[in-house]
Amino acid sequence: MKTTRSGVSEKANACESRRYAVAKSHRERVGLVLVAVALMALPFVLASAGTAWVRITNFAVLFVLLSLGLNIVVGFAGLLDLGYIAFYAVGAYVYALLASPHFGLHLPFWIILPIGAAVACLAGIVLGAPTLRLRGDYLAIVTLGFGEIVRIFMNNLSSPVNLTNGPKGINRIDPFQIGPLKFSASDTFGSLIFSGPIKYYYFLLLVLLAVIVINRRLQDSRIGRAWVAIREDEIAAKAGGINTRNIKLLAFAMGASFGGIAGGMFAAIQGFVSPESFILNESIMVLAMVVLGGMGNIWGVIAGAALLSFVPELLRYTVEPAQRALFGKLLVDPEVLRMLVFGLALVLTMRFRPAGLWPETRHRRELNEGRV
Amino acid sequence: MSEVLLEARRIGKRFGGVQALKDVSLTIKRGEIYGLIGPNGAGKTTLFNVFTGLYPRDSGEVLFAGSPLSLASPHSVAAAGIARTFQNIRLFGNMTAQENVMVGRHVRTRAGVFGAILRTRAERAEEAGIRRRAAELLHYVGIADRADDLARHLSYGDQRRLEIARALATDPKLLALDEPAAGMNATETAALRCLIEGLRKDGLTVLLIEHDVKLVMGLCDRVAVLDYGEKIAEDAPDAVRANPKVIEAYLGTDH
Ligand SMILES: Nc1ncnc2c1ncn2[C@@H]1O[C@H](COP(=O)(O)OP(=O)(O)O)[C@@H](O)[C@H]1O
Ligand SMILES: [Mg+2]
Repeated sequence: MKTTRSGVSEKANACESRRYAVAKSHRERVGLVLVAVALMALPFVLASAGTAWVRITNFAVLFVLLSLGLNIVVGFAGLLDLGYIAFYAVGAYVYALLASPHFGLHLPFWIILPIGAAVACLAGIVLGAPTLRLRGDYLAIVTLGFGEIVRIFMNNLSSPVNLTNGPKGINRIDPFQIGPLKFSASDTFGSLIFSGPIKYYYFLLLVLLAVIVINRRLQDSRIGRAWVAIREDEIAAKAGGINTRNIKLLAFAMGASFGGIAGGMFAAIQGFVSPESFILNESIMVLAMVVLGGMGNIWGVIAGAALLSFVPELLRYTVEPAQRALFGKLLVDPEVLRMLVFGLALVLTMRFRPAGLWPETRHRRELNEGRV
Repeated sequence: MSEVLLEARRIGKRFGGVQALKDVSLTIKRGEIYGLIGPNGAGKTTLFNVFTGLYPRDSGEVLFAGSPLSLASPHSVAAAGIARTFQNIRLFGNMTAQENVMVGRHVRTRAGVFGAILRTRAERAEEAGIRRRAAELLHYVGIADRADDLARHLSYGDQRRLEIARALATDPKLLALDEPAAGMNATETAALRCLIEGLRKDGLTVLLIEHDVKLVMGLCDRVAVLDYGEKIAEDAPDAVRANPKVIEAYLGTDH
């Protein structure tokens, strides 16, 4: 793209900017290596503070995955989806049904996860097809309804045939197992203890890496451009030759598949699923992560998801002891404070950074242009 | 070249009480610049919207390149070879100029989700082709130096050019321009005129809606005049200018 910039007077500038680009890419590479090392070491650091923190991190990664999936629908294609958690639910229940005593099925996870993704993908199409003509508020309402319907189904599909075991949920779900390596037990290698959560952590990290690569590649492709074009101006996109119906369905299907995979891993990690894990609040939380981080920008979305996953947990673990130390008793319930901080963060973001903490590069690029 | 590229037969379109198009028939020949003029609200844009599948028509049919044109979906019209620009510019504002044109290649390329995820050899080759063609087209319309700028940051004249480049990216047989000179100053209009003449030289057929009568009369091989949804004349520019019906309906009110 840079080569198309022409003009003699810019030659010197171009040289400089190329040197800058090289330096930048070098810096970026060093940065990436550092981040990778930090992520590899993270679970052991966390484990020293308590295994609970590794679990919290795992759930945070699951939410990052969900946010990246929803980002395709909301961030790229601009379709407001308020029922996204339904696909997480579908993935989780597919896993639970195929790897638990409930039906006595115990398929290996590497078979179930793709099945979960496929079923969620189908659900995405089922949701997408009737809503293709809707936009904005109308779409939000229908998707919200869809999310609730899926949850209600899971609540009620316990009779006449007991499919989902109703509100009681399904428990004793098989953990992952790769050959002799059980994700439910601890292994020691030398002085390192690989607990179950730590193993899941590394697995999640791998999946996250794959999802990031997939997202970036999609964004930079014919399909990704078509998504953004639809978001920017659907009529122009149509007239420009984009089959908006199919391309929108594709966004729903892709987003849903990611949700389905995340759901499957959730079921295995938690060992238990019930409908109450998939309430509307969760959809809103994932949407908030996407919006807070910066719709459309993968790194922003990741940052938003990590922030909204960790900060509440930090509060939970610090607010109570802090209050007891200061006042000798508990004045404000951590849960209340959590929601308060959450609401405040959203309001402040919308007020001061309406495009999100870390907006899409396109928006940032334009800020840099302004300086030239 | 007298071969007919597009033939519209008795197109009708009504919005509630407004008969926007009444039995409009016209034929556009290959390689010509066909002008469409008429007072505001005459139905010119509506005719475009019908031709490009954005509005369903009430009656009539369109033959394009010898076969009936399915107007059911805009993207299939684009695939058949009709590209358009909009009276109120419609660009993808938060995409760069280059990306806007790259979107135009969508209909002539195939890569799907799996190609993109796996970055297959075919996908990479196709992407490179898309990029190359987009750069060429930006150069062709004269805004190569704005390739990396966001579309919404381009000047008005450049946005018009970008829209034309995006339309050209679909490899159209017929390019339909809806008031491309609207809001342009004299210099910009002159440059636009050069661009359109260049298009004709390169063998493209152009359907031009324009308010600027001088531009239309100077550029077009034939001109049709719409008034209250009816075609009242279709002829060479000079003959149209001399047509008393036209003078009364359109030129008379303006001059
Ligand atoms: N989407 C629409 N809904 C209702 N009426 C419309 C619509 N589009 C155009 N019209 C009406 O159709 C007539 C022709 O409009 P238009 O094709 O835009 O005229 P022109 O482009 O020649 O100025 C006008 O009376 C206009 O009000
Ligand atoms: Mg008009």
